[in-house]
Amino acid sequence: MMAIEEIRAQFPTLARTVYGKPLVYLDNAATSMRPRIVLERQNELASLHNANIHRAVHALAGEATEAYEAARDAVARHLNAASRREIIFTSGTTASINLVAFSFGETFVKPGDEILVSEAEHHSNIVPWQMMCQRKGAVLKVLPVDEEGHLRTDLLPNLLSEKTKLVAISQISNVLGIINPVKDVVSVCHSNGSKVLIDGAQGVVHGGVDVQDLDCDFYAFSGHKVYAATGTGVLYGKETLLEQMVPYMGGGEMIGTVRFTGTTYAPLPAKFEAGTQNINAQPTLQTALDFAAGLQNEAYTKQVRDFVLEALTADPRIKLYGVPRGTEDKIALFSFTAEGAHHEDIALILDKMGVAVRSGQMCAEPLMDRFGVTGMVRASFAPYNTLEEAEIFLKALDKALKLLR
Amino acid sequence: MSATGTLEEAKQAVIEDFSMYDEWLDKYEYLIELGKDLEAYPEDARTDDHLIKGCQSRVWLDWKVENGALQFRADSDAIITKGIISLLIRVYSGRTPAEIAADDFRFIESLGLKENLSPTRANGLVSMIETIRRAAQENV
Repeated sequence: MMAIEEIRAQFPTLARTVYGKPLVYLDNAATSMRPRIVLERQNELASLHNANIHRAVHALAGEATEAYEAARDAVARHLNAASRREIIFTSGTTASINLVAFSFGETFVKPGDEILVSEAEHHSNIVPWQMMCQRKGAVLKVLPVDEEGHLRTDLLPNLLSEKTKLVAISQISNVLGIINPVKDVVSVCHSNGSKVLIDGAQGVVHGGVDVQDLDCDFYAFSGHKVYAATGTGVLYGKETLLEQMVPYMGGGEMIGTVRFTGTTYAPLPAKFEAGTQNINAQPTLQTALDFAAGLQNEAYTKQVRDFVLEALTADPRIKLYGVPRGTEDKIALFSFTAEGAHHEDIALILDKMGVAVRSGQMCAEPLMDRFGVTGMVRASFAPYNTLEEAEIFLKALDKALKLLR
Repeated sequence: MSATGTLEEAKQAVIEDFSMYDEWLDKYEYLIELGKDLEAYPEDARTDDHLIKGCQSRVWLDWKVENGALQFRADSDAIITKGIISLLIRVYSGRTPAEIAADDFRFIESLGLKENLSPTRANGLVSMIETIRRAAQENV
């Protein structure tokens, strides 16, 4: 276990100021800061080990390939995947979901089939499915959330049918911060014969993921939210499914043999990694996931969560979206509105006090409509955020609300 | 409402008003006051045709040509944006299309409100300035 000061010392950005005030960065659900070891690793790869991977026989190509493939092994280990062939590198969650929407759709989805998503999904876990449904003549169905932001899993049996080919839900909504009971959802969907994709963009950051335990068919996440370089990401898919699915993009790396009369494809995972990959950045996933696993400061993060949750809940001016029902079903992510104060105004004023929060629709317009708002303010904490920062945020918020009243 | 003085003079007046405030807090308080005092927006023009929808604040803008001058009326659901709208209307409303079309719309930067007007943000204000510019160009 690392002390909080020790953790913070590893992130250069956290030491800076904005407008002459110490930065309080609470937009971690959008992207996390990167620790020095990740920045150094990326720099080292670009400076000393830059070569295109897999094909060439020279020394640098060997080093670059080794770094890239070692990262795949590390990701497989961190997710507890059954095989490294189940780990596809992508540019992020969005790319991972688009890959499945295309390749799974082309392979398994027929006109009249159904895809089910939840009402709380990020646009990235809605639009690719809409596009696929349009292409394949399939129907997109929606699993609602209740007033407190919890998935209406009780409605799942009614919404699933023999036509439901795939269910796509987030492990943790980027707006509500509620930890969804994805394992139960997977089990219900599987007994219906439907496959499940889990959007782990937020989930992977908060607690370890075990894809075999979850038994999900696909798991997608981005590197940049979990301390790795931007433009890195992962699609986990069960080998039997990935084997059957047609490739997403054609090009170099993904081929077996190419003739004008026809082409065969490379075995997994290369089949889904066409073109030159993000070779200087993707290996930072290993550095970042090792780093994240070594933090082990959950107790402190929970203290911060409880402190902010209690304060926001007690404030009559605040309406919080995503209300926990227990002690284990919400992360330190708080989306809220305040009566008489616009989310943009609150965020602008907080910014001037050094507090970075997100405001707006947060890429979840259907969820904004569900709650009848045009946007929200979101403060999302990372394991490196302190209780003192939480206090600064709450004081700044109070000041903003008084100013706007 | 007809504008007094030249466009340049109107800009200078706003810049001078603003220069009295050194602190962001005072600037924002001033904008909030301006926003609250902004002339009420006509309800019959609060339609989707007039709505500039951004990820953040929404801006409604209505304009017409009267006696050879462009008249602007606008509104926003966010109060700081509304305050800036008030400044824009003070400067541009009642000017001739030719006067507005020739303007570089840079003066707002000199107010130290760059972060409110960054064109890279999904901000209704940026679209509002674009709409003012286009309205002027179409009516020159």
